[in-house]
Amino acid sequence: MTEPVLSVRDLRVWYGTERGPVRAVDGVSFDVRPGETLGLVGESGCGKSTLGRGVLGLAPTVASVDGEVILNSKGGKGRNLVGLPAKELQKLRGPDLGLIFQEPMTRLNPLMRISQHFEEALHTHHKDLSKNELRERAIEALRGMGIPASRYESYPHEFSGGMRQRIMIALALVLRPAFIVADEPTTALDVLVEAQIIKILADLRKNFDTSLVLITHNLGIVAEACDRVAVMYAGHIVEQGDAREVFANPQHPYTKELLRSTISLSTTGLHFIPGSPPDLVHPPEGCRFSPRCPVAMQGCAKVEPPEVVLPSGVHSVCWQQAIEVDPSMADELGTGGREPLAAVKEISVADEA
Amino acid sequence: MSKQSGSLRRYILTRIALAIPMVLILLVLVFVLMRVAPGDPISASQGGKLNAAELAARRHAAGFDAPMYQQFWDYLKSVVTLNFGTTFSDHRQVRDIIIENGGATLTLTFGALVFASVIGIPVGLLAGRLRDSTIDVAGRLFGILSYAVPVIVAAPMLMLAFGATSGQASPLVQLNVPTQTHILIVDAMIVGDWDAVGDIANHLVLPSIALGLLIVGVFIRMIRINLIQSLQGDYIEAARARGVKETAVVGRHAFRNAMVPVITVLGLQVAMLLSGAVLTERIFTWPGIGRQLIDYINQRDYVAVQGIVTVFALVVVVISMLIDFINALIDPRVRY
Repeated sequence: MTEPVLSVRDLRVWYGTERGPVRAVDGVSFDVRPGETLGLVGESGCGKSTLGRGVLGLAPTVASVDGEVILNSKGGKGRNLVGLPAKELQKLRGPDLGLIFQEPMTRLNPLMRISQHFEEALHTHHKDLSKNELRERAIEALRGMGIPASRYESYPHEFSGGMRQRIMIALALVLRPAFIVADEPTTALDVLVEAQIIKILADLRKNFDTSLVLITHNLGIVAEACDRVAVMYAGHIVEQGDAREVFANPQHPYTKELLRSTISLSTTGLHFIPGSPPDLVHPPEGCRFSPRCPVAMQGCAKVEPPEVVLPSGVHSVCWQQAIEVDPSMADELGTGGREPLAAVKEISVADEA
Repeated sequence: MSKQSGSLRRYILTRIALAIPMVLILLVLVFVLMRVAPGDPISASQGGKLNAAELAARRHAAGFDAPMYQQFWDYLKSVVTLNFGTTFSDHRQVRDIIIENGGATLTLTFGALVFASVIGIPVGLLAGRLRDSTIDVAGRLFGILSYAVPVIVAAPMLMLAFGATSGQASPLVQLNVPTQTHILIVDAMIVGDWDAVGDIANHLVLPSIALGLLIVGVFIRMIRINLIQSLQGDYIEAARARGVKETAVVGRHAFRNAMVPVITVLGLQVAMLLSGAVLTERIFTWPGIGRQLIDYINQRDYVAVQGIVTVFALVVVVISMLIDFINALIDPRVRY
């Protein structure tokens, strides 16, 4: 197997608030290999976007970041991005690390022409290029996204949302980063444009071997476009593995519930997970999903579950699978630990009332 | 795209066309206000010594008993021909007052703008960039204080504190330079009389500060809050994500976006400067239009007052128009 472009180990991003630290990302590990797309899914507020920004060193200044983000690209050379001086990080953003945003409407400076955006980005990282070369590379990148050269001198407000997102993608790609985080790149767009953008992202890794972390709510997109998938809940990755395997045979109760809640044309009744993601200042003890989990046991709410690797290669963080893999683990839950957790019923009854 | 909007030229022409009804409303307002104010120059200057019949005769001679529409028509004509009438008390053309004394008022407001910019822009930028730091808190405090203290308080206090040492105590030397522009300091520069330039500049410092204090607080607060806001913009994070240098992020992306609302508000402050100038000129005996205006008000010379106020109003209209043009140049979305 090729060496990963990006290795994240035990990454933590905490926001200090008056009530105490918010553990938005709490000990997350994953690898992304060249040309691979990792889908990152989960409910709103589970830390997906914070994780994406934490990896690129773009977490807000009030956040503290801890752990390891090892970048093995041309400019990265095995360096840990956490704790890298701001100036070094600035040089890596663009040529090595890219970020595509959720809402394209406000991501371009309204006072600058498209040409100025491109030439600024290119000039910052390639001082040696002449004005003409800057222009040619920019127009080439735009043309690749279906934006004609005649629009090169236009202002952002003269484009539609889908066009702006394609411009944003071109702006990220013009520097040929080895690794890109796409943070819900299609959420603000209609389905036709969505399909177009997903196609562009898929072509990208074929043509340039670009690695991608695709953050999304849309499980259909993950099934379509991702090699592997990581399911996030309350700052943790709860299940991670081959995308086909995870979707065909979900292991973690949260993944199962999430997949059951997906709406498609064949959906007859709507399913949802009762309750909402926990308060990340005072997360629940034990497994963080246990208060909402339909198969939670008494012990789940007391002891944090271990990460186990299943025979399929899927990683899961759940007592059910841990005990399946190694029945002796059950002892850690204590006496009576395997009795069903009654709390779930109360929550769901209250929620439906 | 349908959003491919109008040209800059069309915007400017439309803006000028829209100024015409604005000016008309303004003229009506000035005219009515002048007629509502009590007293007239004749009874004011004669102080009740005239009997009723004689007073009526004098009023008739001055045209004060003409029907309102006639008076308004005369007023409109005087504005269109840019002569604004002849003063009642000393028979000067209002236009001459504007030309002869306007230079001094211009010099003073310019000095105040320079003072407010030199202090306000750097302090505002620093306060916005280093939010909640010592300089931010101090800058905001200074901003509120300077804004809250009116000219009639600030100017005499400055006089008390620095009047003796700033050259304000000595009268302005009689200048022996030919009048070309009616702006004393420029006239002195043209003939190269640098002693005179220095003397004028010396006299200009205190009034400029007194007047500048009126708007420097707005400068600081507006620049600060708009820089903070534009630094939180989505395009700022996007620029950082492309590895744009921090100096360029603040200087190129945030600053220019912050300036659009700042320029708009500062344009409105010009009206404030003009009203402040009237008091400042009076207190520092600065030979501008404002001092003349107060003299004419005391003599109830409403022709003069009406003329000068009309000019002030037109200046404010023209400046707000210029501000819109500048904004349209900076921001491509500002189009009709």
